[in-house]
Formats: sequence, structure tokens, C-alpha cells
Amino acid sequence: MGDDRQRIAQRAAREVKDGMIVNLGIGIPSLVPDFLDPSIQVFFQAENGILGMGPTPASQADGNLSNAAGLPVTIVPGASYFDSALAFGMIRRGCIDVSILGALQVSVRGDLANWIVPGKRVPGVGGAMELAYGAKNLIALMTHCEKDGRPKILQQCSLPITAFHCVKKIITERAVFSIQDKEMILDEITPEFTMRDIQNYTEADFTISPHLQPTTS
Amino acid sequence: MSLFNKITDYDTVKSVFFDGMTLLFGGFGGVGTPPGLIDCLIDSGVKNVNLIGNDAGFPWIGMGKFICMERAQTLLASHIGSNPVAGDLMNQGKLKVEFSPQGILVERIRAGGVGLDGFLTEIGKGTKLAYDKPLVKIGNKEFLYEAPITGDVSIVYAKKADTFGNLLFDKTARNTNPYVAMASKITVVEADEIVPMGSLDPEEIIVPGIYVKHIVQSKGYNWKWKWEMTDNA
Repeated sequence: MGDDRQRIAQRAAREVKDGMIVNLGIGIPSLVPDFLDPSIQVFFQAENGILGMGPTPASQADGNLSNAAGLPVTIVPGASYFDSALAFGMIRRGCIDVSILGALQVSVRGDLANWIVPGKRVPGVGGAMELAYGAKNLIALMTHCEKDGRPKILQQCSLPITAFHCVKKIITERAVFSIQDKEMILDEITPEFTMRDIQNYTEADFTISPHLQPTTS
Repeated sequence: MSLFNKITDYDTVKSVFFDGMTLLFGGFGGVGTPPGLIDCLIDSGVKNVNLIGNDAGFPWIGMGKFICMERAQTLLASHIGSNPVAGDLMNQGKLKVEFSPQGILVERIRAGGVGLDGFLTEIGKGTKLAYDKPLVKIGNKEFLYEAPITGDVSIVYAKKADTFGNLLFDKTARNTNPYVAMASKITVVEADEIVPMGSLDPEEIIVPGIYVKHIVQSKGYNWKWKWEMTDNA
């Protein structure tokens, strides 16, 4: 499981290109910076009020300088601080090139469910609805199935929706899908899995890309 | 106390709180939530409070401390995931929780603080979070109407305040504080440093003192952050 999360984050890191403004959700997305190509320069935006967030401090953490998950961070040269209204202003306005969010379920049309499991887990929606609405590119990261094997990539989400038609790409430990014009396309399979492993554990209808390739890290 | 000297003590602030009040609080996961004013709220004994803020903190951090005492009757927030007690209280029907998208929530507080009658957005349309918000059709597009939020009392954490209540904030402890400061009948500020009027650079001031009623001196955070705790804590 831990390996799966690392693997998903590692593949997601390849979606982050030089010069991008990036917002990362909590959970698996927070692992993405560990795998970034060191030759690229990006700015991380944190919705609690930083543009230009840097890595975890080596020492001397500051209680008033944290990421949206509440963990201590640093800033990079050129960074700015701002209030929550401005943080979401830039998100809604489309200033974020790529938003990488954790997901509970994604539908064939790119509907995202990631804020509540009624009666069980009640995390709340946080900033996900606005990131889904405003980001130029939204990538959903999740393990391919529930622990009991039930698929999470579905014809229709059974959990309450965060935002409709917003996910452009799904990255799991087994596969990478893209969603274009409300259709799902299988682009990559992780080498140790077979097409059958994908088909049997993906409820959503998908087509296979003519350029299907193995996922490389 | 005068318009130009709003410094007071925590005992005086206690009398500002009342049962059933709507309380707006600054902070994001407890960062920027005023620790002394949270304790003051707890000591005041008030109950049935209607809370509005970004999140439910952690059980031992920020507004989470008060929520765990079951003295809030409603909470309007963007998430409560860091405070499992809040989720339990919600599932047991002891705390009525309304979720709002995070930026929409602060924008509603801002609308209340700047005297606007609300705004329109597509965010949340068709989801459970639309609740019974009115749908407004303009041309071929439908929007949710988001109403302004105002409160009886706001509590705010500032890095620096002058005696008039001009405020500066610290890094990510700013978050919702500037708008929370503007949106209630009575705003109480806890500041790390209180300075005489004239000693802040007017260009740097984030919230002008016109919105502030009371200022108290902070002793800083009195909780441990999650990352400061050992794994088995």
C-alpha cells in the first residue's frame, strides 16, 4: 500500500512541467514533490496563503508557516503571502496550471468524489470544489480499488460529488486514464498488471488508446 | 478604553460572549486562531454557540478545544477532517455541521464585512453543498446565490496591532483573519505585539483599525502542533 502511494506520486510528478503553478492536495499528492525532476522550476501554491512554497524546514519550524495540511514548510525566493480570499481568487480565476487531488471515486465523465463517506468519514470539502472548477488541469490520484477490491473508477460515483466533469487524468498504481469529451481512455498500464487486471477492476467503460504504453517512472 | 486605545483584558472580553451567539473565528487548522481568546471563550461558560470558521481545528488545537466540549450547536466550515470528535458529534446529531467550499466561505464572510448582499457562483452547483441555496438564472446560465455572513462576535489573531486596532499578520496565520475581523458587530483581536499609534507603516497595514473593538495581549500558542508531537502522542 505504501509502495502504491509512492508509485502513484512518482508517476504524477511527470505531469508537472517547468514553469508551472501547481497546487497539491493532501494525501498522495503531498508526496509528489519528492519525485520532481530537479532540473525544473515550479511554484507551489498553497490555499492557506502561499505562492512559492518550499520544502520542509531542515530545522527550526515556524508554527505560522505551514502548508494546507498544517505541516511546516519554507518559502522560495519570489514567494508571497496572502489571505484566503485571494488564495481562492487566484484558484477560481484559472491561475493554477495543474491541481493534483486525492480522490475517493471518479466517474467515466470525470466527476470527482472526494469529500465525504456519509456516516463514516467526514473530512469535508475544503478547497477541492474550487480547485476542480478553476484549475487548467485536474489530475486525480488514488489507489485503483478499495481494500476489498471494489472499483473506484465508476460509471457513476456512488459517493456525493465534489465537482462534475472536472478530472482530466486519473493515475493509479495500475494504470493512467485520460478523460476527454466525457470519455475515458486507457493510456498506460503499469508493467506488472495485465489488461485483464485493469478491465476486471475498472467499472467505467473505457477505450484503449492506440498509443497505449507501459507506465515508466 | 477609547477609540484610540482599545487595549483590554481577557476578563472584560468574557462579557462580550453570550449563549447562542454567532461567533466568527480566524485560523486554518489552528494556525492563526487566537489561543488566548479560545481559552477565554471556554472560561466564559457560554453554550449553544453558532461557529463559523475555516475548519474544526484539531481536538487540542484552535476552535477544536471548544467544539470538543459540546458547547457549539452549529458549525459552518469547509472541513472538519482534522478533528474526528467534530465528525462524531455530527454523526450523533449533537453538532449541526454545514459545509461550504473554502474560498466561497471566506468570500461570504468578506461580503458580510464589506456590506455586499452576496454573490453568484457556479461552484457547488448540483452538489449536496448547494443545500437550499437559491438558483439564479441569468441568460442561459444558472448560478448559486451565496448570502453574506455576519456575526455577533469575531475573534482574530494578529502579529501586531496598534492601539487603534490597525493590524498586521504573520505568514500563513493571516488566512481568514482579515475578513473575519470585518464581519461582526464586535471584533476582538489577540495580538502578539501591541504598539503605539504611528509606529506601523501605513503601507503595510492589512486591516484598518476601524473594524476592531477590543485588543488583548497574546502569550502565543499554548498548544503543541501535530508535527511537534512524538508518534505515539
